[in-house]
Amino acid sequence: MSRKDESELDRRTFVKIGASAAAIAAAEITFPGAELVAGEPATAEQAVLGSRLSRTDGPLKVTGRARYAIEQQLKNLAYGVTVQSTRAAGRVLSIDTSAAKALPGVVDVYTLHNPLKLNRPTLYTKGGGATEEFTPLQDDIIRFNGMHIALVVADTFEHATEAASLLTVVYETADPIVDINDPKAQPQLIETMGASWGDAATALAAAEVKVDVTYTTSREYNVPMEPHACIASWEDGKITVWEPSQWVGGARSVVSEWLGIGIENVRVISPYVGGGFGSKIGAHPHVGLACAASRQLGRPVKVSLTRPQTFTGLGGRPATRQTLSIGASKDGKISSIVHESWNETAIDEVHVEACNNVTKIMYATPNFSSRLSVVPVHTVMPGWKRGPGENPSAYALECAIDELSYALNMDPITLRLANWADKDPSNNFPWTTRQLREAYTAGAEAIGWWKRNPKPRSMREGRELIGYGMAAGAYPMIRTASEARIVLHADGQIEVLSAGTDIGTGTYTILAQTAADALGVPITTVVVRLGDTVLPRSALAGGSQQANNLTGAVQSAASNAREALLSLAATDPKSPLAGSKVTDLIFEKGHIRPSRRPGSGISIARLLKAVAKGTLEIDGNTFAPGATESMKNGADRSFAQLKGAVEGGVSAHSWSAQFVEVRVDEDFGTIRVKRMVSAFDSGRIFNPKLAESQWIGGMIMGLGQALLEEGYVDQRDGRIVNANFADYALPVNADVPEVHVISVGIPDMQASALGGKGVGEIGVVGVAPALGNAVFHATGKRIRSLPITLEKLA
Amino acid sequence: MKTFDYVRADDSAGAIAQTADPETRFLVGGTTLLDLMKLNVESPARLIDITRLRGLDIIAMSSDVIRIGALAKMSAVAAHADIIVAAPAISESLWRAASPQLRNMASIGGNLMQRTRCTYFRDPGAYPACNKRIPGSGCAAIAGINRNHAVLGTSDACIAINPGDLAVSLVAFDARIVIRGAVERRVSVDEFFLLPEQTPHLEHRLAQGELIVGIEIPRTPALKRSHYLKVRDRASYEFAAASAAAGIELEADGKTIRDVRIALGGVATKPWRLHAVEAVLKGKTLNEATLRSAAARSVEGAKSSGHNAFKIDLAPKVVARALMTAGGIA
Repeated sequence: MSRKDESELDRRTFVKIGASAAAIAAAEITFPGAELVAGEPATAEQAVLGSRLSRTDGPLKVTGRARYAIEQQLKNLAYGVTVQSTRAAGRVLSIDTSAAKALPGVVDVYTLHNPLKLNRPTLYTKGGGATEEFTPLQDDIIRFNGMHIALVVADTFEHATEAASLLTVVYETADPIVDINDPKAQPQLIETMGASWGDAATALAAAEVKVDVTYTTSREYNVPMEPHACIASWEDGKITVWEPSQWVGGARSVVSEWLGIGIENVRVISPYVGGGFGSKIGAHPHVGLACAASRQLGRPVKVSLTRPQTFTGLGGRPATRQTLSIGASKDGKISSIVHESWNETAIDEVHVEACNNVTKIMYATPNFSSRLSVVPVHTVMPGWKRGPGENPSAYALECAIDELSYALNMDPITLRLANWADKDPSNNFPWTTRQLREAYTAGAEAIGWWKRNPKPRSMREGRELIGYGMAAGAYPMIRTASEARIVLHADGQIEVLSAGTDIGTGTYTILAQTAADALGVPITTVVVRLGDTVLPRSALAGGSQQANNLTGAVQSAASNAREALLSLAATDPKSPLAGSKVTDLIFEKGHIRPSRRPGSGISIARLLKAVAKGTLEIDGNTFAPGATESMKNGADRSFAQLKGAVEGGVSAHSWSAQFVEVRVDEDFGTIRVKRMVSAFDSGRIFNPKLAESQWIGGMIMGLGQALLEEGYVDQRDGRIVNANFADYALPVNADVPEVHVISVGIPDMQASALGGKGVGEIGVVGVAPALGNAVFHATGKRIRSLPITLEKLA
Repeated sequence: MKTFDYVRADDSAGAIAQTADPETRFLVGGTTLLDLMKLNVESPARLIDITRLRGLDIIAMSSDVIRIGALAKMSAVAAHADIIVAAPAISESLWRAASPQLRNMASIGGNLMQRTRCTYFRDPGAYPACNKRIPGSGCAAIAGINRNHAVLGTSDACIAINPGDLAVSLVAFDARIVIRGAVERRVSVDEFFLLPEQTPHLEHRLAQGELIVGIEIPRTPALKRSHYLKVRDRASYEFAAASAAAGIELEADGKTIRDVRIALGGVATKPWRLHAVEAVLKGKTLNEATLRSAAARSVEGAKSSGHNAFKIDLAPKVVARALMTAGGIA
C-alpha cells in the first residue's frame, strides 16, 4: 500500500471511529449493562490474519477520546489520596488527623485508628488472583518505606491532597533491612525452583576452561504512562470498579475477597490500559482502599496514585544477584553450568524472580545445577516486569557465554552453535519449533556481525569506541483456555466479545482480523468489545499468552457460527434455503449457498432478516470437551488452568537473537546505542505491524534497563529517593537508535491453536546482555552490574 | 499545597511594588515554582504573574553587548540567529537544557532562579531536615544518595548543586544580571550566586522587592568561538553529570591562546568559573596535551561525598573536551 493510500485510509477510519466514540461517550452509565463496554470498529475494507493493519484503537487514543479508568464521569464522586509511610520498619504509634479533618471538603480520613475493613486476598500461587497479600490499614506494622498508612477522602482531589499533607504520624522506628546487599538479610532457598542433572560440581572442577562470574541487576520499575488509578462505585450491595487492568477476572476475584462479597456482585471494567508491562495484572492495595471507602461512604471514590507513589504503591522488578560458573573444553563444548541466584522480596511475602528459566534450557550441557533464593528486605512486594525471570536469567547467562567466548578465543555465535540444544536439556522433551539458528543468521547478516573486528577496543571513530554485541533469549509458551462470543446482527454488524483486555498490544485489532478471516466478511463490519467482566471469560493479558488464547477462542466461535448459520439456513421455514440438507450447503465469504450452485448465495444479514432474528449469539472456547464451569471460572479468575511451556511432553518457547552496536566516549564513558537489530521466532505472526511494535518496545525497555534504570535506595531508611521521572531515567527519543526487527518464526501448531507463539515479552529478553557485551567489545571493560552508567566505565 | 492568591501585573513598577512581602513570588513559566509548590517546598501566599509585562522579552545585539529580556523564552533565545552566531555556548546551553515543552514555557529570568534538584530538598514529607529549607535543621544528602550532588563549593551544611546550564555559560562570559527595584542595578552572574557556606537558604543576591529584568553579555571573540558541552547518561532531558562552557580567542598565528573562558556545571553549588585554568592557558599554544594538563586544575579543592566521586574524575575531561571543541581540535 502506498503512503498516500494509507493516509487516505486513516482519514476515513478516523471519521468512522469518531462517530462511534461519540455514541459511546453519550451513553449513560448504567449497571449492569453493556452500553459502556468499549467497542472498536476495525479499520480496513479487506484484511486477513497476517496483514499489517494499524491499531483500530489508535485514532481514539491519539485524539484523547479513549476514556481511561479514571476519566469516567460519575455523579457525587469523592477523591481519595493515600498517605505513605516515611519509615521502612517499625510501627505506626499514632496518626493525628484533626488538622486534616478540619479542612473544608474533607469527607473522612481512614487510618489504623479508623480503618476500612479489607480481607486478605488469595494469592495467585494459592488459587486466587492476587499478586500480594498486603492489605493496608489493618495493623500498625510498617513493612517498607512508602507503604500506604492512610486514605484521605474529600470532595476534590486538591482538598484531599492538602489534607493528606497535614497528617501527623508518630512512628516507632526499627532498623530496616534495606536491600539485597544488607548484611542483616537472611536469604531463603526456594528448593522447588532449583534444577539439576548430572554432576555439575565435579564436571566444573574438571573443565579445561572456566568462567566464574557474578552479575547483578538493580531495582527497576514498570512506570507505565498511565499511573495506577481507579474508580470504585458501590451501589445496592454491588460494586463496579473502573481499573486499568491486564486481568479483569483476577481483579474481580480479589475485590470480592477484599470486601467479603460474592463475586457475582463485582464488575471490573478496563477497556483501555495505558501500559502495564506486568504491573497491572494484579489489583494493588490502593484499589482495595477505593472499594472499601466507596462501600463505607455509599458514593463513588477515585484513588489515583501520584507518580512517586507508583514506585511504592506496587513493586517493580526486584534487584537480583546471580553467580554463574561455566566449564568447557578447549574446543568450546560446555560440560557444566553451576548457577545460583538471589532476588529481593517483601519482608513477609515471597516473589521469586526465576533467574534460571533461560539458564536451564539454552545450551546442551550434560551437567547442570541451579539454586534460587529470595532475600526478604523492607521493600514493597516486587512484581512482574516484562520477561520476569527470563530477562535477568538471559542477562547473566548470555554475558557469561560472551566471557567464555573470549576465554576460548572463539566467536560468540560459533560458541552458541557448538552448544546447540537439539531438545530441551532440562527434561529431554523435543522443542516444538526453535528457529534460533535462523535468528542468529538473519541478525548477524543485518548488523554486519562478521565484518567487525572481534578484538576488544579495536574499533573506533574519532573519540568514540565502537562495540558490537549479541545475545540470545527465550520466553516460555504459556496458554490458558478462554472463551469468546460472536454476535451476528441482522444489520450486518458482527460483534466479537471477550473479557480479555487490550493493554496496548493490539487485541482489538487482531480479534477483528480473526473474525473477519474466519467468517469471510469485510473487517469494517466487525466490532470488538473487550475488558469487562460481564463479557466471556478470559485469562490474563500477561505472559505473552493472550493473542494466542483469544484468537483461538474467536476462531472456535466463528467455526460454531458457520455451523449454526448453515443449520439455520437449512431448517428455518422462513429461510430462502429452507428444505436444503445442511450437508449440501457451504459457507463462503460471509454467504451461504448450495454447494452445487455457484453464485453469491445469501449473506448472514439477509438470512437473519429472513428468519426474523435480530441477532444470533454464538459462543466458542478452547477448553477441552467436558470442561466444567468450575474449570472455566478457574481459567478466568486464577492460574489453575494455565498450561506451561512443557505441556504435552513437548517444550514450546519463543526465541530471540539480539544484536547491537554501541558507541562509547573514550573520556566520559557515556554509551550511545547506534543500532539495534533483532531476529525473533514468535511462530506465526497475526499482524506484523503490531508484533514489530511489541518487539521494538521491548527492545527499548531493555535499553533502559541496561543503561539507565536504577531505583536508588537510601541506606539509612530504605526510601527510594529517585521516585519520579526526572531522577529515575528512562530512555527518551534521543536515546533510541535505528531499530530493525526480523521475524524468523514459522507456524507452530503444537504451541497454539493458530500457530502463534508469544510476542510481547521476548522483545526485552537478551537486550541487556547484548548491550553489556557490546560495551565490553568497545572498551575492553566487563561491567557486571546494571545499569551501565558512565562512572562504571571511568 | 497551600491556597494562594494569584495577581496579574500590568507593569514592572506595579509588580515590584507588590513583592515587598516575603510571601510573594513572581510567576512566569512556572516550570520550577509550581513543581516546588506541589511538593510543599515553596508555599507562597501570593503569585504575581509577570508574563504580560511589556518589553521584557527582547533579544537584541549591539556591537559590544547582547541584551536578553527576562521574559524571553529559553527556546526563543536558543533559536535566535544572532545568538547562534555571536554566542554559540549560550544557544547550546539552552538547547541542552530541559525538554522542548519546558523550554517553550520557561523564561530566562526564571531559569536563573531555578532551585536545586537535590532529591532530599524536594521531599520535605520524608526529610524534614534541610538547611536550605529550614536553616540549621541539618542535611540529609551528605550521608544519603549523593550521586548528583556537588563536589565543588560545598560546605558541611549543604552539597546541593546549582542545576542550570545557561548560568554556566553566562558566568564563563562575564554576563551581568539587570535587576530592577527601588533603583536599577547590575550584578555579575558570578557574584549573583552565593556559596552555601553556613547559609544555604541564601542562594542569590536578589532582594525581596527586586525583579530580574534582563541579562547583558559582553560580546567577545572568545564568546563567538565558544561551545557548551553537557555530559550525562541519558542523551537528552537529564541534568548534567558534568558540563562546561568554553570559549577561545587565538592570536593571529592561529595557534596561540590570547583569551580563554571556561566554567563548569553539574559539579558545584554555583556556576563555577575556572579562572585558574584560564590563567594557565593564556599565551600557551593550543594543543590537546596543554588543554588536558590545564583542565586537571578544574577540580582543585573538590570534595567527594561518596557516590559523586566520579564527578572529580569526569569534570577535567569535560573541560578539556569543551576547550578542544571550541578550539577546533576535538
